[in-house]
Amino acid sequence: MTVPPIQIRDLHKYFGELEVLRGINFKVASGEVVCVIGPSGSGKSTLLRCVNLLETPTAGTILIEGEDMTAWGADVDGLRTKIGMVFQQFNLFPHLNVLNNLTISQRKVLGRREEEANDVARRMLERVGLLDKIEEYPGRLSGGQQQRVAIARALCMNPDMMLFDEPTSALDPELIGEVLDVMRSLAEEGMTMLVVTHEMGFARQVADRVVFMDGGIIMEQGPPDELLLNPSHERTQRFLRAIQHI
Amino acid sequence: MTTQQRTAGIPLLTRLRRVSLGRWIMYLLLLFIVLLVGLDAILRFGLIDWAKIQRNFFKPDIMRDMFPKVLTIAAKNTIIYTAAAFTFGLILALILALMKMSTIRPYRWFASGYIELFRGLPALVTLFIIAFGLPLAFDFRIPGGILGKGTLGLGIVAGAYMAETIRAGIEAVPRGQMEAARSLGMPKPTAMRHIVLPQAFRIIIPPLTNELVLLIKDTSLFFVIGTTLESKELTKFGRDMMNLHRNTTPLIVIAFVYLIITLPLTYMVRRLERSTGKGRI
Repeated sequence: MTVPPIQIRDLHKYFGELEVLRGINFKVASGEVVCVIGPSGSGKSTLLRCVNLLETPTAGTILIEGEDMTAWGADVDGLRTKIGMVFQQFNLFPHLNVLNNLTISQRKVLGRREEEANDVARRMLERVGLLDKIEEYPGRLSGGQQQRVAIARALCMNPDMMLFDEPTSALDPELIGEVLDVMRSLAEEGMTMLVVTHEMGFARQVADRVVFMDGGIIMEQGPPDELLLNPSHERTQRFLRAIQHI
Repeated sequence: MTTQQRTAGIPLLTRLRRVSLGRWIMYLLLLFIVLLVGLDAILRFGLIDWAKIQRNFFKPDIMRDMFPKVLTIAAKNTIIYTAAAFTFGLILALILALMKMSTIRPYRWFASGYIELFRGLPALVTLFIIAFGLPLAFDFRIPGGILGKGTLGLGIVAGAYMAETIRAGIEAVPRGQMEAARSLGMPKPTAMRHIVLPQAFRIIIPPLTNELVLLIKDTSLFFVIGTTLESKELTKFGRDMMNLHRNTTPLIVIAFVYLIITLPLTYMVRRLERSTGKGRI
């Protein structure tokens, strides 16, 4: 029996008076790719940010590989190194070049020596097809390139799972493909992935399971073909109809 | 349409003409004054007492008498005092800025109180209290003599001013930077030191350099601590020379020395402001 990488039990999150998450229960199995979809304000980004505790849950439990991350005195920083995160706005470090963006946390957190960290960085950059940009600063890269560097930066920590928070929402349409390609190859290699996205095509092709959220709860979940083509819930049907009519 | 254009154009033209006429009068006035002073300097028809000016402000033998000590002692001390107070103040300011942004409320209260207090007091009063009041009250000696007392006093004041600057710089760094660093497993202090602060300092180098220039001038307050022959800074040195010679020339000399130190810095600030302004779209 293997322990699921991500287990969430009865998660609640308030922002002031507003209850953004209203009791979330779900698991992500090892090697599983889960896409979270839903209207804006449904709490899907908050859910993702709670998984690595960028947002502190108001109530509930988050287990990462069976370890309670929300427990008092939990090694949050240590657990975070197992969870790679990719942001909508890339959040590369603008004062560091690509190489140092990829090595700084390897050196400061994992204590890797410089040569080792550089080796890992080169391997990951090659994987996202940007080895030739190793000396560039983030400001000189396109959005798609920045996001691929951000993915490589997360991979440098050898995470067991990856969180993607609308990774293509800030990109020009023509740059979305290159980022999705990288994510697709990651999924094929068996990475555990939790992806908040509006890319229904990606969800259909790559996801093992799609989760539809609305109003801070999981309304419906299931295999992509079932949920996206034949949703049982009326709210899900309305959402899918709305985005297809854009 | 043409008549409309013309009627609209005429008052504009006359206004322009009036403006340029006013400008011409200003130029002529300036020319007149320059000519008058210049001719007086050459022909000496007694409008200005040039000899008196030279005797009081530019006496060559007094100037000669001031060198090299004005540089080897006074200017050197001014620079040392400034560097020490700035370094101490900067460290203090960083601690205060971090306290002011702390989640622990009493830390925030303390930092706010400190900043308001020392920005509200004249630096001279603070210097007095630190250098004389505290040692007298608690019967101890501040180590390091004049340098120690002055650094402590001015550093405390400079720290209050720079704390707000540093805080503004840290807050100008997007939140996502801290979040990205934390998501990679960096503890908060590591993320602050390697990710947020380098970006914050890049933003605040111009205002910090400005503070440095202010501090250079504030070291002139060190005279209240009582300086010895070897520890005089520029202003004290100039004043003593003035008293010795009963002449204003020393003040002119030290004024020039101050400018030699401060002007490159202010020039640098202007250039930095322009270049960082360009980098931040």
